[in-house]
Amino acid sequence: MTGAIIEVSGVSKSFGGVRANADISMSVEKGGITGLIGPNGSGKTTLFNSIVGYHPIDSGSIRFANREISGMAVPEIARLGLLRTFQQTRIYGAMNCVENMLVSLPHRKMSIRDAFRRNSTEDRERAETLLEFVGLYRKRLLRAGSLSFGQQKLLEFAMALMNEPEALLLDEPTAGINPTLINGLIDRLRLANAEFGITLFIIEHNMRVIMNMADTIYCLAHGRMLASGAPEEIQHDQRVVNAYLGAH
Amino acid sequence: MTMRRLVFYGALLALSLAAPFLFPAFKTQLATLWLMIIVALSWDMTGGQMGYNSLGNIFFYGTGMYVAAVITIAIAHDVGEYTAASGGGIYTWTWGQYFAGLVIGTLGAGFFCAVCAAVIGWITFGLRGPYFAIGTLGVAIAAGELVSNWDWVGGGQGITMPNYPGDFERFKLLIYYLFAALGITLFVFVSWLYSTRFGAAINAIRDDEEKAEAMGIHTLRYKMVTWAMAAVFVGAAGAVSAFQLIHFEPLETAYQTINLGIFMVVCVLLGGKGTLWGPVIGAVMFHAFKEVTWSYFLGWQWIALGALIVVVVVYFQDGLMGYLRQRRPDWFGMRVDAGETP
Repeated sequence: MTGAIIEVSGVSKSFGGVRANADISMSVEKGGITGLIGPNGSGKTTLFNSIVGYHPIDSGSIRFANREISGMAVPEIARLGLLRTFQQTRIYGAMNCVENMLVSLPHRKMSIRDAFRRNSTEDRERAETLLEFVGLYRKRLLRAGSLSFGQQKLLEFAMALMNEPEALLLDEPTAGINPTLINGLIDRLRLANAEFGITLFIIEHNMRVIMNMADTIYCLAHGRMLASGAPEEIQHDQRVVNAYLGAH
Repeated sequence: MTMRRLVFYGALLALSLAAPFLFPAFKTQLATLWLMIIVALSWDMTGGQMGYNSLGNIFFYGTGMYVAAVITIAIAHDVGEYTAASGGGIYTWTWGQYFAGLVIGTLGAGFFCAVCAAVIGWITFGLRGPYFAIGTLGVAIAAGELVSNWDWVGGGQGITMPNYPGDFERFKLLIYYLFAALGITLFVFVSWLYSTRFGAAINAIRDDEEKAEAMGIHTLRYKMVTWAMAAVFVGAAGAVSAFQLIHFEPLETAYQTINLGIFMVVCVLLGGKGTLWGPVIGAVMFHAFKEVTWSYFLGWQWIALGALIVVVVVYFQDGLMGYLRQRRPDWFGMRVDAGETP
């Protein structure tokens, strides 16, 4: 079954005099992997922030699973099953990895009474399985803040999976990760998409990564939608090449 | 629970119950020690576990005192007439009325303070970091000033509680056990709370509130509920203090922002923020230090206390438990697992 899970239409966002996003329209196919590329400062993260409700948009509409979400607050949107990871990785530094995972259990499925319970054995097993999945099992009892940047990124990814989102927005998942680990990460992202059925929407600067993974790619430049299409089309689009080389 | 822990907690409980008989001359100091433990543990619920450093928790202490006083007086008399006569000595309470005041007053103080915390929290939890600390401090100071101008509750003169209708030594014993019961209840409560998902969620708010929001945690709800739970215990402790002190006034006793209001924070810093035992150990260390300086360095006691605060804040922010956790992380279960992966 396919169809758009995230629909962005006519979204604009300015910060003072800077138009970070101008009349952006795009959609993310349910169950697919969609990429978002563009030079630095082209408005990719702003678009992500607008989608997850981090700041109000100036105009336009954002729909998630056929529901208008542009006026909703961050935690509300997250509880609908639309989750994001951060470019500057965010984890709970003073808690260990297992605790980080357990606190990421989906709160949309949690009643007040559930909040006053302890985590079940199944929850713990799932946390450990997912930590194993990203290769952090042996470090699971260490403080998350003591992990390396790349490991924290993997942990953040595992936490997102623990939350069982419908769709996951990843802001530069491979940035700062050791090149030899990148292939492993690509495999895991693909697995998360194929096996857990999570729709992925990825900002990525590493062209090799995004061209390999995405079904559809959108390219932003100067806050506007420059091009969209399949990876091969984007790769050969002269406007995209110019944007990256600074001729735009 | 392992056998060793059972023995440890059993011995501690026995010591707590026997303390006023082992040291009969120190009943009041021991009761005050429990008070310090209560305010430190409840301060740490928001300050240490949730990352919201309140300087206004003393508001609940003072408000608890006044709520208990008003309830106790209202049970037997008209509050306005009673405060207008400044006690006057012509007012009496029966045993039944006194104990009804003690029970209803303490429970009522806890309940009222929880409601206050939810309301004040709803407003102040928009503030972060030092702004939250100053905002809550402002609430406590303002409350003290308002109450000292409110004649119905005695204004700046304060308010006088009924005398215990019995032997004074037994009264001290009663107060000790009330504080001890409250402290033990609080300790059991928080050690349970921190083991639940609720405890993990407030830790998440402490470590990165923006991330917690992005993961769908109801942050404001958790913050309000946590503060309200802390306020129940501070308010109830204030109520017991009101009965203990018999007479109290608003600025120096009830809303004593610069004394108890700061001491509770220092206790937690000394013992270690965000740990279960830190506030308890810190309260014991602080209270011992304070009693020693007050007894042997009278005249210099405030300077000694100020020096202690400066040293703790500058050199020892993580407290005793924090120091141990840094030196011996393996004691706290933080280690690389060398075992087989599943």
